[in-house]
Amino acid sequence: MTTDLFHDRRVTAGLLAEIAGLAGRAPAPVRLMEVCGTHTMAIHRHGLKDLLREAGVEMISGPGCPVCVTPDGYHETAIRLVTERENFILATFGDMTRIPTRLGSLQTAVPARGSAVKIVYSPAEAFETARRNPSKEVVFFGAGFETTIPAITVTALRALSERLDRFSVLTAFWTIPAPLRAILTAGEARISGFLYPGHVSAIIGLEPYRFVAREFGLPGAVSGFEPADILLGIRSVLEQIRDGRPRVDNAYARVVRTEGNPAARAVMEDALEPCDALWRGLGRIPGSGLRFKPQAAAVDAAGKYGLRPSDDAGDAPGCRCGEVLRGILSPSRCGLFGRTCTPEHPRGPCMVSLEGACLVHHKYRGPVRAVKRKI
Amino acid sequence: MDKISLELGGGGKTMRDFIARTILPTFGNPRLAPLLDAAHLPGKIAFTTDSYVVDPVFFPGGDIGTLAVNGTVNDLVVSGAKPLFVSLALIIEEGLETSSLNRILRSVRKAADKAGVEIVTGDTKVVRRGQGDGLYINTSGIGRVVARPRPRAIKPGDRLILTGTLGEHSLAILAARGEFGFENPVKSDCAPLTFLLPLWNRGVRWMRDVTRGGLATVLSELAGESPRPLLVEEKDIPLSAAARAAAGLLGIDPMYMACEGRAVMVVPEARAAGVLAFLRKHSQGRRAAIIGRAEKTVGRPGELLLRTESGGLRLLEPLTSELLPRIC
Repeated sequence: MTTDLFHDRRVTAGLLAEIAGLAGRAPAPVRLMEVCGTHTMAIHRHGLKDLLREAGVEMISGPGCPVCVTPDGYHETAIRLVTERENFILATFGDMTRIPTRLGSLQTAVPARGSAVKIVYSPAEAFETARRNPSKEVVFFGAGFETTIPAITVTALRALSERLDRFSVLTAFWTIPAPLRAILTAGEARISGFLYPGHVSAIIGLEPYRFVAREFGLPGAVSGFEPADILLGIRSVLEQIRDGRPRVDNAYARVVRTEGNPAARAVMEDALEPCDALWRGLGRIPGSGLRFKPQAAAVDAAGKYGLRPSDDAGDAPGCRCGEVLRGILSPSRCGLFGRTCTPEHPRGPCMVSLEGACLVHHKYRGPVRAVKRKI
Repeated sequence: MDKISLELGGGGKTMRDFIARTILPTFGNPRLAPLLDAAHLPGKIAFTTDSYVVDPVFFPGGDIGTLAVNGTVNDLVVSGAKPLFVSLALIIEEGLETSSLNRILRSVRKAADKAGVEIVTGDTKVVRRGQGDGLYINTSGIGRVVARPRPRAIKPGDRLILTGTLGEHSLAILAARGEFGFENPVKSDCAPLTFLLPLWNRGVRWMRDVTRGGLATVLSELAGESPRPLLVEEKDIPLSAAARAAAGLLGIDPMYMACEGRAVMVVPEARAAGVLAFLRKHSQGRRAAIIGRAEKTVGRPGELLLRTESGGLRLLEPLTSELLPRIC
């Protein structure tokens, strides 16, 4: 396997030593935000969080989990659709069905007569569901960043071209660079640099991040998801700090091209347009969301069913997912974490999503007290 | 929650909590309470039961019939009993092809012969179309107790031995469902574990088959009983190339994938090499490996720890919510 070297502990140990050396000379504290939920998961799953802390680098989870940043209003809208309309299938990814709201979750909601919630693994599977159930209306409830949006859009366009008018999409589409600006402008997260997402960058390229270095003077690197990928990205960020020359480095060149994937962007640009969007924790950010253009109105569930996700659906009492997503609160410092909010009984979305910071911190936490390290 | 949700059947922590809260209080007695794979009864008898709802009923490497025999046989073996007699109860949905049923019955016979058990009693019910899904099977099994698993006797330095690669059963079911849109040459590892019986005389302290919930869940439960914390070395876990690829592409952690013909056991340090050699001589144990140990210096009692491939140390949590319904 070509990726085995990226896991090998001789490789990771070498990189960690280099990182410790660089971090020791950087202004303390060194706090890097991993923007992407997949990074959060990889860092914890491979046990890198503690190793990096020992090397002098604190990793902070960012807003890069689409399920988490989608406010409750969207989830409640989906619940209303399937509980109030008969012969209706709401198809969505598994995580999305477990988000707790004032109305319960899609899993606990009792669908109207002839209606159902169906967990799918891809938008194409939702489309197939619509084809196979000629007596049902099917809505795919899709939350995503630039990584998943093209696939959802392609499926929507297919429904348009095949005139499958029983199929539509309830979109919760988010773009990645916008929340970074919001976090930096707020200035509360005290960040020394960024680990940029690998998959999103494969679509959008490096350009959208350049403002971080230019306007905020902060370094960053796009990184892959294997342990060595992540450490290479972090080393690059620390080298930029050492050199006093912040930029956007590509430490994942085997997948990400500087210009990204223009073909995938063209699909999005053809069918979608920017819109203001309300993010959990970050509030309303101008131009940070995407919605269908008028020519694709037939597959836009929001227009088709006259849906307007309410803005006032707050988080559960005591839930601090919003602060976690802004990078100002470590999950374990939330009063609910591990007590009344657990993976079995989540109180907020960050404890539901497989890439949610709270779930990841809970699931992959270190031992309570390592008496003695023995390797 | 006032309705039964799918994840209650996932074999993970949610299911265990549900059983403890909802089922045990009604029947709680000392033989049921430990929730072992089989109950040890007076007269050196071990007794177990299991229902099979796998979807689809045919999958690469087996079918619901193979599974129904091996699952029950394996529960007896890992409970320290030699399997002897098995019951067979069929719940058939109206419309099932007779040829399919015959094929499954032949699988039952073949699996029973291979495991050295006899089908001695049974039941047949047919339900209306739509009230079942093809075929469900329940089997119960009786065996003769040859040893008593002793998780509380685990000592620091004891080795954890896994009898083969992880995850092939999960992958075979996924492939058979075609849900991920990929072709997969992986066959289920579904097989009887009767070849492990002699190991009860070679110092093995404890054994479990790695089914729903995967290795992480099985070992978490053991860690809860063991006086010493357990540490698993990720780099030493045997994985097939297909499982490795699937883990990379689909993001499914092999630690939570189900097997139907693998076991994990605890062996005193001094006996580990002998047990490993015994396993590797058998066709089902060729890729057996020492994957961890009971710890002296790291962690606290009750903890299951994972030393990751890249050298990090973290807790290995049991499966919480449903990964893949109806896998067995």
